[in-house]
Amino acid sequence: MKIVDRIVELVKETSSSLPEDVEGALRRALRRETKGTPASVVLGTILDNCRLARKAGTPLCQDTGTLTFFVSGSLRRRVTPDAIRTAVARATSLGYLRRNCIDSVTGRSYDDNCAVGAPVIRYVDIPEPTVTLVMKGGGSENMSRQYSLPDSAIGAGRDMAGVRKCLLDAVLRTQGYGCAPGILGVCIGGDRATGYEVAKEQLLRPLDEKSSAMEKKILDEANSLGIGPMGLGGRTTLLGVKIASRPRVPASFFVTVAYMCWACRRRSMRI
Amino acid sequence: MTKLEYPFDERRIRALKAGDAVSITGIVHTGRDRFHKHFADGGKIAVDFRDGALYHCGPVIVREGGEWRVKAAGPTTSVRENPYEPAFIASSGVRVIIGKGGMDDATLAAMKKYGCIYVQAVGGAAAVSAAAVKRVAGVDFLDEFGAAEACWHLEVADFRGIVAMDTHGRSLFADVARSSAECAERLLKA
Repeated sequence: MKIVDRIVELVKETSSSLPEDVEGALRRALRRETKGTPASVVLGTILDNCRLARKAGTPLCQDTGTLTFFVSGSLRRRVTPDAIRTAVARATSLGYLRRNCIDSVTGRSYDDNCAVGAPVIRYVDIPEPTVTLVMKGGGSENMSRQYSLPDSAIGAGRDMAGVRKCLLDAVLRTQGYGCAPGILGVCIGGDRATGYEVAKEQLLRPLDEKSSAMEKKILDEANSLGIGPMGLGGRTTLLGVKIASRPRVPASFFVTVAYMCWACRRRSMRI
Repeated sequence: MTKLEYPFDERRIRALKAGDAVSITGIVHTGRDRFHKHFADGGKIAVDFRDGALYHCGPVIVREGGEWRVKAAGPTTSVRENPYEPAFIASSGVRVIIGKGGMDDATLAAMKKYGCIYVQAVGGAAAVSAAAVKRVAGVDFLDEFGAAEACWHLEVADFRGIVAMDTHGRSLFADVARSSAECAERLLKA
């Protein structure tokens, strides 16, 4: 199969099928809720939805999101920006993607989802010859945020206790608006730009890998808040917390939270 | 599960309570950011919303064999329409607003006054929502607003959701926001 065809297939798979670790976490969440509650109804619908979308090969969420391709640097010559854009345009015409790309100044729609900077393509320094696609919807992206410590509004100082306050504040302020149950990708430190970049990269990590003590603590505390699926109350507010850190300059201390919705669409393929 | 059919009867709408599951059948019209801005700017809306339903939704719809086919039709975040919705409820006579995430106190007050509920559809559940759409009956503002923002007229059957804001002034979102904030305060003090 040609590279373009394979990328079209990757877009279709990513758009219509959740990764098994995410769907597994949703199934476990459903088992924790009491039958007949809004939380249980919502999780049941989400899982029905995942089955339907996978079977039909249609988008599991209509906000097919910002497309970010992480391409191994070793594939730079084969998986070119041109090939990726051709594939994205075709995937759009086939209905795997919504026409979802708007010129920020004129308000015009780029009907093939291709423009300068869209889709996002990043050649990364990994040895495996893989292409990974992440699709992140706008409702969840709007809930991502960055704190600069000390933050007197929430009483967060420049230490790990302050970081914890930021993360709980982020969960509390997000409520169900980012399509809970969600996943937090976190970067402690870095500058503003790398903070968001690294926080988002954490969303690539599978939910079933081993968690650090801090990740586990934040996950448990967030889930004790009772916000629940779609913010209607319940036991599962987050499916996972993934934290990384980067060095900072003495003057700055950023805590950056990338919020991902339950429709955490990510998929890799080997070329 | 309470079954609701278009045209939606005010008394039945007023009998519903936050937390009730509902199944909606009949016609619903999509309208989101540009639709609301158009309304607020005094623009004309051809559709009669009286006893009808407004759906905060930007669907994926493609043209196949001369017909519109709905590929995905889940809800979009409703808070962005807060500035416009009380006036829209007052002037349109809409009975059901479907979306995600809920709306503000001013909208809740308008719902109470004019007899309108807010139904939370499951955010992101586009395939389930699309399966509930039986036919695309028409579309307005397709050229002006684009496909994701146009006002689509969708015939739905057994479209499911949860009443999250009722006509009695209760909002599940407000309840959860309050209790979760109290819970977080206890956690941070401990």
